[in-house]
Amino acid sequence: MATDVKTGAEKNKIHPYKMVLYAGLGSIVMMFAGLTSAYIVKKSQANWLDFELPNVFLISTFVILLSSFTIQMAVKKAKEGLQNQYRGFLSVTAILGVVFMILQLQGFMALQTNNIALTGPRSNSAASFLFVITLLHLFHVLGGVLALIGVSFKSFSAKNNLENTLPVQLLSTYWHFVDILWIYLFVFLHWIG
Amino acid sequence: MSHEAALHNHEGQGHDDHGHHEHHDTFLTKYVFSQDHKMIAKQFLITGMVWAVLGGLMSVLFRLQLGYPDASFPWLESILGKWAKGGQITPEAYYALVTTHGTVLVFFVLTAGLSGTFANFLIPLQIGARDMASPFLNMLSYWFFFTASIVMLSSLFVETGPFSGGWTAYPPLSALHDASPGSKSGMDLWIIAMALFVVSSLLGGLNYIATILNMRTKGMSMTRLPLTIWALFFTAVLGVLSFPVLLSGMILLIFDRNFGTSFYLSDIYVNGVGALSNEGGSAILFQHLFWFLGHPEVYIILLPAMGMVSEIMSVNSRKPIFGYMAMLGSLFAIAILAFLVWAHHMFVTGLNPFLGSVFVLLTLLIAVPSAIKVFNWLTTLWRGNIRFTPGMLFAIGFVSLFISGGLTGIWLGNAALDIYLHDSYFVVAHFHIVMGVASMFGMFAGVYHWFPKMYGRYLNNSLGYIHFWITIAGAYMIFWPMHYQGLAGMPRRYFDFSIWESFKQFAELNRFISTVAMIVFAVQILFLINFFYSIFKGRKVTVLNPWESNTLEWTTPIRPGHGNWPGEIPEVHRWPYDYGKDGHDFIPQDVPVGADETDTH
Repeated sequence: MATDVKTGAEKNKIHPYKMVLYAGLGSIVMMFAGLTSAYIVKKSQANWLDFELPNVFLISTFVILLSSFTIQMAVKKAKEGLQNQYRGFLSVTAILGVVFMILQLQGFMALQTNNIALTGPRSNSAASFLFVITLLHLFHVLGGVLALIGVSFKSFSAKNNLENTLPVQLLSTYWHFVDILWIYLFVFLHWIG
Repeated sequence: MSHEAALHNHEGQGHDDHGHHEHHDTFLTKYVFSQDHKMIAKQFLITGMVWAVLGGLMSVLFRLQLGYPDASFPWLESILGKWAKGGQITPEAYYALVTTHGTVLVFFVLTAGLSGTFANFLIPLQIGARDMASPFLNMLSYWFFFTASIVMLSSLFVETGPFSGGWTAYPPLSALHDASPGSKSGMDLWIIAMALFVVSSLLGGLNYIATILNMRTKGMSMTRLPLTIWALFFTAVLGVLSFPVLLSGMILLIFDRNFGTSFYLSDIYVNGVGALSNEGGSAILFQHLFWFLGHPEVYIILLPAMGMVSEIMSVNSRKPIFGYMAMLGSLFAIAILAFLVWAHHMFVTGLNPFLGSVFVLLTLLIAVPSAIKVFNWLTTLWRGNIRFTPGMLFAIGFVSLFISGGLTGIWLGNAALDIYLHDSYFVVAHFHIVMGVASMFGMFAGVYHWFPKMYGRYLNNSLGYIHFWITIAGAYMIFWPMHYQGLAGMPRRYFDFSIWESFKQFAELNRFISTVAMIVFAVQILFLINFFYSIFKGRKVTVLNPWESNTLEWTTPIRPGHGNWPGEIPEVHRWPYDYGKDGHDFIPQDVPVGADETDTH
């Protein structure tokens, strides 16, 4: 068909979709660079509230780190053609993603119970910044989880023969990215914040 | 094989039938939800033109107020209703018009309309690809833009009016509902429209980058790319790296507006009542986030025009572009500097003077690549066998405007001068000439030059010449006097100058500017008539390569189908600027290098 996008790219090592993804990750980096720079600028001004980051954010960090490992295993098994193990690792990654999201929400609640308002009349922009930055990261994780669930469902269908591992490769790149992004944000919020 | 034989193949008759396609598209898949980059380009162009008319009309309306502040026009009330009570535009309506004019022309016309059109149209055709890296994301990009357009348009019709705090949307006007009528639902719609617009730009930009890096045809190395493609590449990189920062700034703004946070709101009072119950924030923070996009945005608007002008000048001078690598290097330098100069918009915010001097230095550095480009355009014209097509005239007009507007940039880049000239008509004159009108000229040049490829017909030349001469003369007559007004201290964004003794001297001049603005607007209507008439009734293109150009888009059939080339994609053997080489007028990129050919370009 005339619109086959692979025609021009056969000689290239990188698939065009991967290039789209890399450029997209660059734009997400800039978004969080903008937010964390704004955080630093605001912190140097008056009325900054210092508070402890709830421990639940540390647990969520370990969960997302573990999920990075499981998705890497899923890619490995997919390339080896081991259907069942591929399905297993992929599903576990999706579940870990959901667990991460729940833990993040619990982190917000822990702050509220410590009387640190995230938004509203009593809020301080220190907590608001944490809320907005973490929430935006959460939305990026949510996108990854939805894609994971989609690819997992596909992996259980009879037609799936693991010939095209591109979707799971793209997904794993994205997932590692949101993992590294969270580690950056955690370190940033914990030590700089 | 001789070049003559090879060249002859390119001058064949029109192979119109090659454009026909095997599978049948429905109206919906061909014209509406099309994934063909050429159709998406036309969608961007026509939506952009609709916005250009609306935005232009708004400028005519507020120029009417500035030129005739004491007059009353009853017909205005019948059109605008309560926004022109008694036949005079109200101050609220004036600010809404100025704001919407700025937003629409910067983002919807000169970003989506310019980049969206020409990146979509030219990238696959000039690099030798069948379509974009992801035609689906490309289609989404247009439809996000379309949705953004609908939301922005609807904001014009809400009861409290569209947003009226300026296109930069500084808090508190943008953050507090009670700050002004336009800060209510008009601002909500503005912010939604802009968020959708950012998504559209990102989807488009990611595609352009991936396509240029990954989908070039055989032999099309990066240094054989036409300068249009290089310019569109840097434009896409700028957009992908700067729009997310604007988005993050606007997300914080949404939280301030709707969720009671105070990122940007300092201790502030509306009608004597404290607007905030919480701790104060900093409005300057928004300015940093905004201008981190805002300055690259200027180059997002300007670079595509620079690229197209380079290409059109070389083709119509029948000479290689002068200093290809210098052109490329200066594009690169501008792209880097674009990210390092944003605070020159903020010299009067109480910026640390040392920091200010760093930004002055970096800003003035932009003069270096800009001068390189200007000299290279002029030396491309030098001793050329120039064909004054309407496209070429607009390209030359671009260079003229870029020089005129660029020189005042050196004034404004100096903090010491800027503190005096800030927010005066000098600034209005500067950015309208160098960014607004110049880029508009680049866009016109592109439309006149590539119209035969877009629609298989020519635009009417006589109308094109009328369009060009009145527009360039008008542009200078509108914006040149504004420099003097600005030097005399006349501030921008004022509704009525007639009550100030010091600005009464400009009443005549303001009327003159307004009159010319109306004439120039009328001539743009002439262009629109030419455009739409020519799509259906224009003179038909009968040769593959009407401008005798080297680039690959002219090797496609006169009306290319989806996929662009009916057979194999041509292989590229040379750079795109082999004009007047070895006694040949031009040698297209897909002609192999002959044994007796000289090495030098």
